Amino acid sequence: MADKQTILTVENLGVRFDENEVLKGLTLSVQREDVLAIVGPNGAGKSVFFRALLGLIPYSGKIQWAPGLKIGYVPQKLNIEKDLPLSVEELLRFKQSNREKIIDSLRSVGITDEYHIEHHILKQRLGWLSGGQLQKVLIAWAILDNPDVLLFDEPTAGIDIGGEETIYTLLKKLKEERDLTILLISHDLNIVYKYADNVVCINKEMICYGEPSLVLDPESLAKLYGGETGFYKHEHKHDN
Amino acid sequence: MITDPLFLQLLVGVLIGLGAGYLGSFMILKRMSLVGDVISHVALPGIAIALLFKVNPFFGAFGALFLAVIGIWLLEKRTEIPSETLVGIFFALSLALGILITPEPELLEALFGDITKIGPLDALITVAMTIVIFVTMMRIYRGLTLSIVSKELAQSTGVRVSKISFLFLLMVAIIVALGLKVTGTFLMGALVIVPAAAAKNIAVSLRRYTTLSGLFGAVSGLAGILIANNLHLHPGPIVVLSSGVIFLVSLLFKK
Repeated sequence: MADKQTILTVENLGVRFDENEVLKGLTLSVQREDVLAIVGPNGAGKSVFFRALLGLIPYSGKIQWAPGLKIGYVPQKLNIEKDLPLSVEELLRFKQSNREKIIDSLRSVGITDEYHIEHHILKQRLGWLSGGQLQKVLIAWAILDNPDVLLFDEPTAGIDIGGEETIYTLLKKLKEERDLTILLISHDLNIVYKYADNVVCINKEMICYGEPSLVLDPESLAKLYGGETGFYKHEHKHDN
Repeated sequence: MITDPLFLQLLVGVLIGLGAGYLGSFMILKRMSLVGDVISHVALPGIAIALLFKVNPFFGAFGALFLAVIGIWLLEKRTEIPSETLVGIFFALSLALGILITPEPELLEALFGDITKIGPLDALITVAMTIVIFVTMMRIYRGLTLSIVSKELAQSTGVRVSKISFLFLLMVAIIVALGLKVTGTFLMGALVIVPAAAAKNIAVSLRRYTTLSGLFGAVSGLAGILIANNLHLHPGPIVVLSSGVIFLVSLLFKK
């Protein structure tokens, strides 16, 4: 296991919005089937990092994906109102017209009951799903075309602890079943210790990078969260 | 029969209702209801200029709307939310300017529309433009919807959000310019929004919502013109009131 294939190399990545430097000096690499967690306070540039990785915004430095990789993306939140008239089936069909594959994908994310899928999920308005269901549907969307890499931007609100636990066991299961490499923005350091091979701490710049148990020491945490040391249960707001 | 005035009116009224209803369904989802209302006002100076140069007012209105659409598109690109105040101020001013420079005899028609005055050329333009609108919408349907759900999600699947947004606004400009014949600058915003609001009350799926919205618009056009014709009333307001009745009925079936 010493030489796993490197699938992503990031060197000295920087992002500016007009005159504001929102991200600088990010250097890291990701090996196939690894889990990389990205942590940092609100507004630290975590979601910006994902957008740069997806090629959605201009950046400086280097982002190099292994050739031919397919990337699935689960955004932090959707920009929808509860009464948006869009059924789950319609959303999924925008990516995959084969109904069997859609149902397979939903089964993979733990929605297994055929009757439930038909009547409560596919025909349902997207905005009526519970937070946990919506997360699962978004993951199902992301894995519909069998990606090699999954970028998962964890929601900061709307999912209870029990549900959150399920999402991570689910991600772990998907990783094993589908040989996925996962990049995960997380707000919960317990999750990072438990599931991540590597962690990168970002607060506009790279504060630490390496194995969680080695690099998440009190010093870098203090630097990361600005002295906010109680990391088990701190409040989060949305960061955009 | 093909040049029968009532037939022409009904044809134009139904097609414009259909197009306005269908496009309106996406306007509401894009949270641009008010934008739809105010941009219709910018058409007035365009109409005035077209009248001064003796060109078909459709082209004058469309020219003015085209410029307005570029303005809104740029605003939308710069900030996530269109700055409604700025848009509101700009369009109120252009309405004032339009009222000032529109020749008096045509002013009433420009403000409230008069479908009884349309000729075969107007009908032809309407048919052609409706086809353009629906062909374009078929092509951008997926991308437009995904960008409404999540801009990042859409972009990550290769949707060119900005281009699609521009094409969509362009289609709105076309339908508003066409609709000025039916309802005039004051009421065109209503024909874009009201059928869609009614459809949103009762539809769960997008396909059904957009179809119903187009249908409600078409029915409003049809009913409005027929009723106005029978009762010798001004068609524009009756068309809008018809869509209002549909909206009220839809409240009874609200999901």
